[in-house]
Amino acid sequence: MANIKRSPWLLHYDGSSCNGCDIEVLACLTPVYDAERFGVMNTGDPMQADILLITGGINSQNEATVKQLYDQMPRPKVVVAVGVCACTGGVFKDCYNILGGADTVIPVDIYVPGCAARPQAIIDGIVQAVDLFQKRSDEHDALVKEKKRKAKEGAARG
Amino acid sequence: MQQLGKTSVIPFGPQHPVLPEPIHLDLVVEDERVVEALPSIGFIHRGLESLTDKRDFNQMCYVAERTCGICSFQHGMGYCEAVEHIFGVETPDRAKYLRTIWSELGRMHSHLLWLGLLADAFGYENLFYQCWRIREKVLDMQELTTGGRLIFSVNKVGGVIKDIDVEKQKAILKAMDEVEEELSVIRKTFFEDYSVESRLKGIGILTAEQINALGAVGPFARASGVKADMRLLGYDAYPELDFEPITSEDGDCYARCYVRMLEVFQSIKLIRQAIAQIPEGELSVPVKGNPNGEYFMRVEQPRGEAFYYVKANGKPNLQRMRIRTPTFANVPALCEMLKNTEIADVGLLVVSIDPCISCTER
Amino acid sequence: MVEHSVPENILEEIPVEDLLLRALELKKEGLRFSQANAAYVDEKFELSYSFSDYETLQLHTLRLVIETDVKVPSITEIVPAAVFYENEMKELFGVKIEMISMDYDNKLYRIRQEAPLGPQKKEVENATVG
Repeated sequence: MANIKRSPWLLHYDGSSCNGCDIEVLACLTPVYDAERFGVMNTGDPMQADILLITGGINSQNEATVKQLYDQMPRPKVVVAVGVCACTGGVFKDCYNILGGADTVIPVDIYVPGCAARPQAIIDGIVQAVDLFQKRSDEHDALVKEKKRKAKEGAARG
Repeated sequence: MQQLGKTSVIPFGPQHPVLPEPIHLDLVVEDERVVEALPSIGFIHRGLESLTDKRDFNQMCYVAERTCGICSFQHGMGYCEAVEHIFGVETPDRAKYLRTIWSELGRMHSHLLWLGLLADAFGYENLFYQCWRIREKVLDMQELTTGGRLIFSVNKVGGVIKDIDVEKQKAILKAMDEVEEELSVIRKTFFEDYSVESRLKGIGILTAEQINALGAVGPFARASGVKADMRLLGYDAYPELDFEPITSEDGDCYARCYVRMLEVFQSIKLIRQAIAQIPEGELSVPVKGNPNGEYFMRVEQPRGEAFYYVKANGKPNLQRMRIRTPTFANVPALCEMLKNTEIADVGLLVVSIDPCISCTER
Repeated sequence: MVEHSVPENILEEIPVEDLLLRALELKKEGLRFSQANAAYVDEKFELSYSFSDYETLQLHTLRLVIETDVKVPSITEIVPAAVFYENEMKELFGVKIEMISMDYDNKLYRIRQEAPLGPQKKEVENATVG
């Protein structure tokens, strides 16, 4: 967290959670916990989002929606599974309509446990996600730079 | 000229900025006017009623609590009371009062949450933050008394497992004073600000006849003048407390806001009464054996009347547990309300019924 | 103080033919529809249609106990509020309900498994055991 260069935007999607974690995610973004002080901002548009906060498990209907949201986010991106349902399926794991945690359809980077996940834990997850996003963006930038350099060299040679 | 009258279908949701949860509506529109709204739900359907096969009746209490994270306590309570009725046991008086206190705390935090979301839906960000700031005080009290902010798991079949001692009662009373004072300021903004009024008055009107025909419940129904409050059934400590259901005659968004705002103040009063009258005694009674029989339990949740149907045949696993949530009952009325409205109001109208998709679909 | 002399709930078992008639009668009496649910018990369906009187808060439940292949008429023509309940019973239990005014045709919840709480449930369990 020492030197943040970027200000990633958050997208929140409710998988099939019981609402407890969603409300806590929202509570994190309101004054008392105020996760926005870490430079993140809540957005409703997946095309502009960098970090996906997903709560609740995956069921047969939202499977496609979650995949679509993930694909719509520009690279690099970070996924945070908030709450035990998003991590493993939780208390609903044995229900007929639950396929499992969020990682059954999309790759998850950070798991935040808890039922419902506490704001402190969610903020910790967000901070880790910001760090990871920073790292990935740096790697991404280096790759782009390298590509450009090679293209330039190729052009100079040719 | 036939082109002008042509209808088109606009999808609304599942991922929509106005709601934290996924609901999908197909809006049939004619120009800007909504002609019909067809809901399709199922994004959060988990099928938790099927867990009766795998969990016994004590464990189902914790599953019932996770029907919805907002009215979690009352879900657990309704389920436990249904099973207690089958057993024929009477919970101790202290447990009844404790359940009442926690229920009312839950109602306060749910209504404050809704008031914030409503403010957000009509674009008053500041008001949204203020409501949620006050709500945190209620959550602090829930955390102090139970250890959990939203999901407490303090219910069990036969009573409760935690007590609220005198120190904590004092803390609650202090918090109630603070909430009352701060909410009085916000109440002014909600009811006296002309911009709020212009956004809420006269929108989405439903009459009492429509409400009754479509089976709507809770503050949504009370805002249209239907005096339906299941607390009058006299479960828990409610028969010993003094309260009157809050109703309004207008039936529009403004009335819904009015009813819920006043219910927060009502809850504060009920908590004060309950703390003043709480008797000493045991927290729970022991329950032996397995349930055998069936019962319909009705409780008044923040969103309205919830049904718990439990059927058991003397085995640890129940034969059937059915939770009819208030939000499920409100969906037909929502569809009716959306007819003949402007498309710009749809988000606000959906919020005005206090939707909770996870309990609608279970 | 609130008076709390709520009359006992009524549970009335009726044959399937009388469902529409009784629902209409209860509606005429001024009761409003509260809920409908199904249960699969001992290889039979138990359907409950609850109506409540909001003056006295009394609950009046109509109970049908039927074989799984019996066709049940929809009460949505009389009680429009029942539409989602009937769709739910049809989808989750496989109760054969006919003429629902807005029939989602098993697409209310869009689950993969057909009638997960109905008769098939037991067969699936047996299959995994065997």
